[in-house]
Amino acid sequence: MKLIFEKSRPGRGCSILPPCDVPEASIPQSLARKKPAGLPCLDENEISRHYSTLAKRSFGVNDGFYPLGSCTMKYNPKVNEELARLPGFTDIHPLQDACTVQGCLRILDLAASYLNEISGMDAMSFQPAAGAHGELTGLLLFKRYHQSRGDSARTKIIIPDSAHGTNPASAAMAGFEVVNIPSGADGCVDLAALKAVLGPDTAGLMLTNPNTVGIFDPNITEITRLVHEAGGLNYYDGANLNAIMGIVRPGDMGFDVVHLNLHKSFSTPHGGGGPGSGAVGCEKNLAPFLPRSGTELEVAGQAQSIGRVRAFNGNFLIVVRAAAYLLTLGKEGIPDVAKNAVLNANYLMEKIRGKFPPAYEGPCMHEFVISVEKLKETHGVSALDIAKALQDRGMHPPTIYFPLIVHEALMVEPTETESKETLDDAARTFLSLFDEAEKHPESLHAAPMNSAIGRPDDVKAARQPVLRFRC
Amino acid sequence: MGSYIPNTETDRSEMLAAMGRKSIDELFANIPENVRIKDLNIPKGMAELDVTRAIASLAGENKIFSVVFRGAGAYKHYIPAAVKRITANETFTTAYTPYQAEISQGILQSIFEYQTMICELTGMDAANASVYDGASAAAEAMNMCRDRGKNNIYVSGTAHPQVIETIRTYCFGYGIPVIMIPKNTDGKTDLTALKNLLADDKAAAGIYIQSPNFFGLVEDIPGASEIAHANGALLATGVNPISLGLLESPGALGADIALGEGQPLGMPLAWGGPYLGFIACKNSLMRKLPGRIVGETTDTKGERAFVLTLQAREQHIRREKASSNICSNEAHCALTAAVYLSVMGEEGFAEAARQCHSKAIYTAKQISAISGYSLVYDGEFFNEFVTQCPDTEKALKVLEKDGILGGYPLGKSQLLWCVTELNTKDEIDRMACILKEATL
Repeated sequence: MKLIFEKSRPGRGCSILPPCDVPEASIPQSLARKKPAGLPCLDENEISRHYSTLAKRSFGVNDGFYPLGSCTMKYNPKVNEELARLPGFTDIHPLQDACTVQGCLRILDLAASYLNEISGMDAMSFQPAAGAHGELTGLLLFKRYHQSRGDSARTKIIIPDSAHGTNPASAAMAGFEVVNIPSGADGCVDLAALKAVLGPDTAGLMLTNPNTVGIFDPNITEITRLVHEAGGLNYYDGANLNAIMGIVRPGDMGFDVVHLNLHKSFSTPHGGGGPGSGAVGCEKNLAPFLPRSGTELEVAGQAQSIGRVRAFNGNFLIVVRAAAYLLTLGKEGIPDVAKNAVLNANYLMEKIRGKFPPAYEGPCMHEFVISVEKLKETHGVSALDIAKALQDRGMHPPTIYFPLIVHEALMVEPTETESKETLDDAARTFLSLFDEAEKHPESLHAAPMNSAIGRPDDVKAARQPVLRFRC
Repeated sequence: MGSYIPNTETDRSEMLAAMGRKSIDELFANIPENVRIKDLNIPKGMAELDVTRAIASLAGENKIFSVVFRGAGAYKHYIPAAVKRITANETFTTAYTPYQAEISQGILQSIFEYQTMICELTGMDAANASVYDGASAAAEAMNMCRDRGKNNIYVSGTAHPQVIETIRTYCFGYGIPVIMIPKNTDGKTDLTALKNLLADDKAAAGIYIQSPNFFGLVEDIPGASEIAHANGALLATGVNPISLGLLESPGALGADIALGEGQPLGMPLAWGGPYLGFIACKNSLMRKLPGRIVGETTDTKGERAFVLTLQAREQHIRREKASSNICSNEAHCALTAAVYLSVMGEEGFAEAARQCHSKAIYTAKQISAISGYSLVYDGEFFNEFVTQCPDTEKALKVLEKDGILGGYPLGKSQLLWCVTELNTKDEIDRMACILKEATL
């Protein structure tokens, strides 16, 4: 399809600004732009059609089933979108005096009170703009905490090999050395492996629970106790909170710091990759180290803070959406989400297990991992082939090749907002694909057939990078 | 209680029966009894109408200023109607990171077009597909400058205070020093001091200078670039993207990396977020960019196709060796910026920049004419400037009474003003008139 630049015609445009109503000023020639920026020149109708076509060549939760494991693609309620567009929020300058932004401050306060209760934490910062940003913030809290006690030997962060890639990357950004520990055969933390690496150099442990294979680690309190005994802190990666919210709290499991992906558990849209919000909660003893906040550029009296991780007050409009969602669900609705997310995941897992056996036995939480390793051996059909073939059947594929510890992995997360009929349809699709894979494996290698493009050449893209159009 | 769950009691029983289970609770058997909670200590859920009332009432507690002369890192520009409508498309808002290229071509192409526009504005070869905001973009850019034992980061004291603080926080993480370049009496970076600092430093990695700087002044980027490069360091320049409709691009001026806050490109003030960070660089630094990048390639039929590329830099592949930990970025904000730039078009965008500049010059003249007010620095500025003010608190209060948000106070006797294409001559004259009356 043509790029917007290729549709551009000199002389076309939209009429947006009135003529300037003050005398035109000039700037010295030495400072002025010599060559105009090559922006497209199109009328409004052409622009609208261009983006409408781009939308049709994309797939969102609104377009169909989206069981993208570990990403929690639940329905995004319309009312949240309306509320986040109220001028009382959108037209507020981040450096307005505190007495003129009481509504904004109360939104943060409201969201914090709910989220502290759900996570079992004492204090919450909304400055981090995404989950990984929250991880960095949380690990800097660890660093500042150990420093404040004069404990400079704690340089290592322990991370299970099944963790999200953001965990080790965040630990490295916070200046820690990453110690990977292998998971046990059940996908859970191997206690012996954990004990073997704990010591006076342990700064802390990063964990998501339920873990990335979709299982709640039954030894969780033992794990957090061992880390505390060794003098380390426990970090809860909230990516999988959707499975347990209202049932069990990270704070009660022994975690000191959590980040919550408001764009996952609390139904704020992912926007093709963001904006998110990675609110960070912590226990009382770590609260003085949280990022600075305030409606002034420089805020005094927060000397122990790690400092800011971005400017101003975080992705505020995302917090507005989450606040509306929290008010809507409340006391009974929150645990009901977890229960139905877990019910839906187990139901779908059971329906397809005859052909797609789960990588780990026992009930799963809100997501489950299947491996098509055997199908690959017998018929040459890979997880990638299955994913591409699912696209032709109107469904967004699950996450593939994650977690790294499962070969030919597909990670399925239906979420609580899908109906039984959708799950039944999805199960039929999965099972029919299996038959197809056995009978006509070549047709799966050719998939997708009905998408905007066939399979793209990733190697060419990386070896001969073309990252921009030359106007 | 409100809910978005379709399962009815009948559905649940049927699903449980199909699994041979008696209750949902059985599925939670792995959770130890002693840590389970009975009950959340939060209010009961509410119906949509009640939620709307509650949240709208909080929005009503904020004061909306109809006229804004405050910037300092967040800018009120006109957002064309088409930008709001086009970006509200639910496919765009409800999609995830485009990992599955075949059914994400639209989002991938929109990002590729965004990258091109950012490269065009900044005069660079490559751009990423957005980071959290301008401040974290600056911090990520400084990390890009580090190379084999070269770890020292220099930051100009004329940069936005919160950007400086964010760079410091990230550098605290990396365990590397941040060295401040002092501000000169003319309000700009002291380049002589920078030259002296770098002369003795073999480990200088990167220099950050913002232009227009925090005080609105255009910095000597060619001069800074010459000093940086003569000493083996890279220059990263922070820019207001709107200024690039008028001012020479950082790339043409010798910067290696250009970055900034993309909020002025079609995003509302929104009390600070979601905002958009952008980073663009010369070809040589492409593989050090953080976060997502879209590249053009071909599909099995030889047709043009777009994919997330150079993923060997990214956290999900490289883990602790990644160039950054970014996963969720601000893709929808990047889309918004691309739509904004398309709707404004080449001429409309340049006109917006010219109007910001002209109106700021006019406003500076009107304010300077008032007794007790004068321009603090005489250098060239784009759309922000600093004036003396007899009493900032009093001045802001009288303006507020009239629904005007005045400049940002720098202490008790200076104000940092910002003017955009949205400020009409009438508004400017009225504002100056109110200030004048207050001094009488």
